[in-house]
Amino acid sequence: MPSNGAPIGTPTKVTQGSQTKGGIGESTLRPDGTLKVTGEFAYSSDMWHEDMLWGQILRSTVAHAEIVSIDTSEALKTAGVYAVMTYDDLPAEMKNYGLEIQDTPVLAHGKVRHHGEPVAIVAADHPETARRAAAKIKVEYRELPVITDEASATAPDAILVHEGRDDHHIGHVPHPNIVHRQPIIRGDVEEARKRADVIVEGEYTFGMQDQAFLGPESGLAVPEEDGGVHLYIATQWLHSDLRQIAPVLGLPEEKVRMTLAGVGGAFGGREDLSMQIHACLLAMRTGKPVKIVYNRFESFFGHVHRHPAKLYYEHGATKDGKLTHMKCRIVLDGGAYASASPAVVGNASSLSVGPYVIDDVDIEAIALYTNNPPCGAMRGFGAVQACFAYEAQMDKLAKKLGMDPVEFRQLNAMEQGTIMPTGQPVDSPAPVAELLRRVKSMPLPPERQWESSEGADVRQLPGGLSNTTHGEGVVRGIGYAVGIKNVGFSEGFDDYSTAKVRMEVVGGEAVATVHTAMAEVGQGGVTVHAQIARTELGVSQVTIHPADTQVGSAGSTSASRQTYVTGGAVKNACELVREQVLEIGRRKFGTYHPAWATAELLLEGGKVVTDGGEVLADLADVLEGEVVELEREWRHRPTEAFDLRTGQGNGHVQYSFAAHRAVVEVDTELGLVKVIELACAQDVGKALNPLSVLGQIQGGTLQGMGIAVMEEIIVDPKTAKVRNPSFTDYLLPTILDTPIIPVDVLELADEHAPYGLRGIGEAPTLSSTPAVLAAIRNATGLELNRTPVRPEHLTGKA
Amino acid sequence: MDFLRPASWEEALAAKAEHPTAVPIAGGTDVMVEINFDHRRPEYLLDLNRIGDLTEWETGEDTVRLGASVPYTGIMEHLRAELPGLALASHTVASPQIRNRGGVGGNLGTASPAGDAHPALLAAGADVEVESAARGTRLIPIDEFYTGVKRNALQPDELIRAVHIKKADGPQQYSKVGTRNAMVIAVCAFGLALHPETRTVRTGIGSAAPTPVRAKAAEEFLNAALEEGGFWDNGKIITPSVAKQFADLCSAACNPIDDVRGTASYRRHAVGVMARRTLTWTWESYRGTAAHSEGVA
Amino acid sequence: MRVNFTVNGRPQEADDVWEGESLLYVLRERLGLPGSKNACEQGECGSCTVRLDGVPVCSCLVAAGQVEGREVVTVEGLAEYAKQRSCGSSCGTSLNDAQQWAAKGQDSQTGEGTELAPIQQAFIDAGAVQCGFCTPGLLVAADEMLERNPNPSDADIREALSGNLCRCTGYEKIMDAVRLAAARQGEAV
Repeated sequence: MPSNGAPIGTPTKVTQGSQTKGGIGESTLRPDGTLKVTGEFAYSSDMWHEDMLWGQILRSTVAHAEIVSIDTSEALKTAGVYAVMTYDDLPAEMKNYGLEIQDTPVLAHGKVRHHGEPVAIVAADHPETARRAAAKIKVEYRELPVITDEASATAPDAILVHEGRDDHHIGHVPHPNIVHRQPIIRGDVEEARKRADVIVEGEYTFGMQDQAFLGPESGLAVPEEDGGVHLYIATQWLHSDLRQIAPVLGLPEEKVRMTLAGVGGAFGGREDLSMQIHACLLAMRTGKPVKIVYNRFESFFGHVHRHPAKLYYEHGATKDGKLTHMKCRIVLDGGAYASASPAVVGNASSLSVGPYVIDDVDIEAIALYTNNPPCGAMRGFGAVQACFAYEAQMDKLAKKLGMDPVEFRQLNAMEQGTIMPTGQPVDSPAPVAELLRRVKSMPLPPERQWESSEGADVRQLPGGLSNTTHGEGVVRGIGYAVGIKNVGFSEGFDDYSTAKVRMEVVGGEAVATVHTAMAEVGQGGVTVHAQIARTELGVSQVTIHPADTQVGSAGSTSASRQTYVTGGAVKNACELVREQVLEIGRRKFGTYHPAWATAELLLEGGKVVTDGGEVLADLADVLEGEVVELEREWRHRPTEAFDLRTGQGNGHVQYSFAAHRAVVEVDTELGLVKVIELACAQDVGKALNPLSVLGQIQGGTLQGMGIAVMEEIIVDPKTAKVRNPSFTDYLLPTILDTPIIPVDVLELADEHAPYGLRGIGEAPTLSSTPAVLAAIRNATGLELNRTPVRPEHLTGKA
Repeated sequence: MDFLRPASWEEALAAKAEHPTAVPIAGGTDVMVEINFDHRRPEYLLDLNRIGDLTEWETGEDTVRLGASVPYTGIMEHLRAELPGLALASHTVASPQIRNRGGVGGNLGTASPAGDAHPALLAAGADVEVESAARGTRLIPIDEFYTGVKRNALQPDELIRAVHIKKADGPQQYSKVGTRNAMVIAVCAFGLALHPETRTVRTGIGSAAPTPVRAKAAEEFLNAALEEGGFWDNGKIITPSVAKQFADLCSAACNPIDDVRGTASYRRHAVGVMARRTLTWTWESYRGTAAHSEGVA
Repeated sequence: MRVNFTVNGRPQEADDVWEGESLLYVLRERLGLPGSKNACEQGECGSCTVRLDGVPVCSCLVAAGQVEGREVVTVEGLAEYAKQRSCGSSCGTSLNDAQQWAAKGQDSQTGEGTELAPIQQAFIDAGAVQCGFCTPGLLVAADEMLERNPNPSDADIREALSGNLCRCTGYEKIMDAVRLAAARQGEAV
């Protein structure tokens, strides 16, 4: 069995799985469910240690300034304070970190580049002591002009956000305040434009969204006797954290042990480090365990956000509705530090055309360095912003052509075999037209559901409990959208995962243990790993070992990749374990039955059986006195970088597609929106756990709705300061804002992926937003080129 | 920080007299947020939870004497008939959990222009009962209570004990605009009460001026228009032009700002829409009851 | 300062409490009951919901000193609370039960064998738990709603849970879970 290049999931194996209860394809329940409903599941903020101290971070109150001086003397004198540290106290040569570009100072050095940047850290015996001490640190700033947009970033006399860049993008960007630029040129737009009967242009604005995971950044660092440190942490990728933490602590990676603590949601916001290094530094300095827990205010400063974007699009089409060309320019605001900006640019550019066939394109995407809050990974990054814009363009074109917006999309929909603008062929099912057909054919929710015998039920109306309308001014609108997202890390990244699988007899029963470093952030990877092990090994009892760095990297829980890649690694390791188990069986029992040598053997229901169904032995007897354990890396098909001038290259592993129909009711006088329904159809390849699949689709759908109608971090353009860092003014949808979300799941296997599965987590976040916007446009007749849409935009009172 | 736990109203007044900077805490829904986020470090916290009569109410001939700490949930459940506007406003307060803890006393003490109860109190008509150990009890008319952004007419040694709210003698309505359908702070809010006994209307506007305000010009206009047309007697439908002018005057009573929750221009507009709608709802309700009582008579 | 109060039926004493501490902090950091969650600490998410003298409140907005002498039920005590409710006063000695609750074991990391309240089981069965950080608060709020309103409409459920944010699920499975718990409750009666 090759460790590279996915073995194709054959029907036999799937059938085999269905023989063992709790295997793939079943909606088995979460192994951590009971702990989570009883309050006993230990999240990172629940960590506790005797004699532990509390860490506190002092953050900059301005967005861009030179630090003239820092005086920590008063803070150090505070009773109960054990340590105060600034840049000068960092122990190692390495003082920066970063996902791809190490441009982020652990503590500010001479300059702060965004509002809320960490400047100093304190450890004390109580959080209030630490807060009071931090407040006594005197920092003198000399403020600098703020860079907040493309014009100010690329002006001839613009201050460089980062002086002396030496990262590998600096050679190809037009200005040092541009992190990365990716053009994609294919065909001849100028020629193709001549064939267009209609041309539509649009300029779109996408607001800054927050991941707003509910479990705040937190963790516990415990100093160890060997001079190292053990960090209990909520993250999306233990080994990526480790790679960034160890050098700054001046420790070899072996001396930084990391264990995944319970993760209260992630959505991209835990790809970057937050308090990890600070907690370790304080623990090593004080020799005591140190716990840091952000409050919600701090959390808004403590992680990167979704890139806000300006998108300029031009599309042409013939009068019979065929797209002729597309030209676009996508400007993403990366904020003060690079984070995932280069990858966001790669996704935005390579997916900017959407799930459509357009042979002639001229695409450019850039990410800026500014003094706005740093932006990086959030569910669907790059593709989300583009989808909002190209789907608005599709509606504009359809309208101009007098065509039905769904039919227009279907006419231009990509399918298997379509060549992407990057030159990469789409080599697995791409049922774009079918997904649109499915959402369109779902029955529409009844009208005027607020009417009841006792008058209007305001809970079912725009404005909800606020009692703003009893039906006055309310107009229904319907909108459609479809999107395309890449699955897995792209552009030549070595996107591997590792799994360690063990089989043995415990209490007379053959059991399996699966150990990976996969960050379970709520998505249900732990559920699926157990299912895979049951399917492949025929056992019922599977233990999921806690994730830590005692096993190889599992890659990130992001990019819709974990079931594919770590799931693939678990499957691969299980298959190798199975071979060894069968080898033991042949050794022990081979002489008793010729089938041991001749038949295809399977592990099912705790037994070794032939493919004909004949039982050869109990697994418990085979494994008696034996332990089979192995750890293996597993890789999906390699990808290539995009050419820096033409954007050509087989950059992506797999694509994922979802379509939405939104039904909204808008109070057109007050500009308030109630989303009634967000119907979704998505191709998932193979639903390993159908219940979890629905949860991902519905959750992603609602996050897409949030940025359509209410969620936005508002940054003051004059000061680059965040104006709403709280759940009072950064609004997440409540259950009363949430529409019904019927889901139609399509399972068209991708022959390149384990079990034929397709990454699913992100695609529903893409099309949800433009579908809602389209529905609001349909209800109001307004153009609406920005998201989120606010009441003042719908009433002309901006 | 000291935590003062008076067991009685008298003890609370004495504590407040001794420590005028003490911050009263009842539902905690404002004070604890400020403490949790390090926005405030009062020298003394004065806990009012142990004073039972603050959570009681008495319904009198003309008014309801509402204890300062009666939770919003209680108002919604028990005082919908007597205080319909305030009950509607209470239903828009934050979340069920907050409504279980917060009361009108906290809204008045904080005196935020965005406090949900204010427009309903202004529209119904109310007096705030405050007391100090030194000078005893005084009643502050609600129209004189709000003195500036998050400032009120309370003296440093005074505590809010209750609010005397005029019992509804006609239909009342309350609307609030927020950008979420629950658990949202008002972008702006509007309360309207018809007072058939005095043949007047009263209004209250929230979050659209430095303090909660009444739209007095709009009230006067509408009072005159209703009187002139004999509307109170004939129960005719209010003409669209009258409703529109009333709405415009309510908008004109606003003095809003642009902030993260909304623009000034939108707030003026929305107050006008809410004024027109709530007038329609209350008037329809008045006509319904008037027709009914005529029938009985 | 010192605070004495009852949590999940057992008397508790917290010492050296800073006057600005919330009930949430005392539960989580002083009493070893971290089930109530610290997602926003401003009453805007509901993940710290507990019952204070029977009433659902955000424990982040209750000053520790305010709970002196009062009764608190957290998610850790929800199963026992629901059990007491369902069997009324005929449930034997509460002390014994409380001890059993405290000593309850679980036979694996899945927590199998743990006795759950109907709403807890329904959340697991319906797939209403993902990251689970909102779950404890939702369970306390949903359980209290079903106590008051055994046959809620969808709009009733949405209103009752409108103070509890969830970022993972899109709420659909939470709706399913509450409907399921209501249905099972109905069958049981």
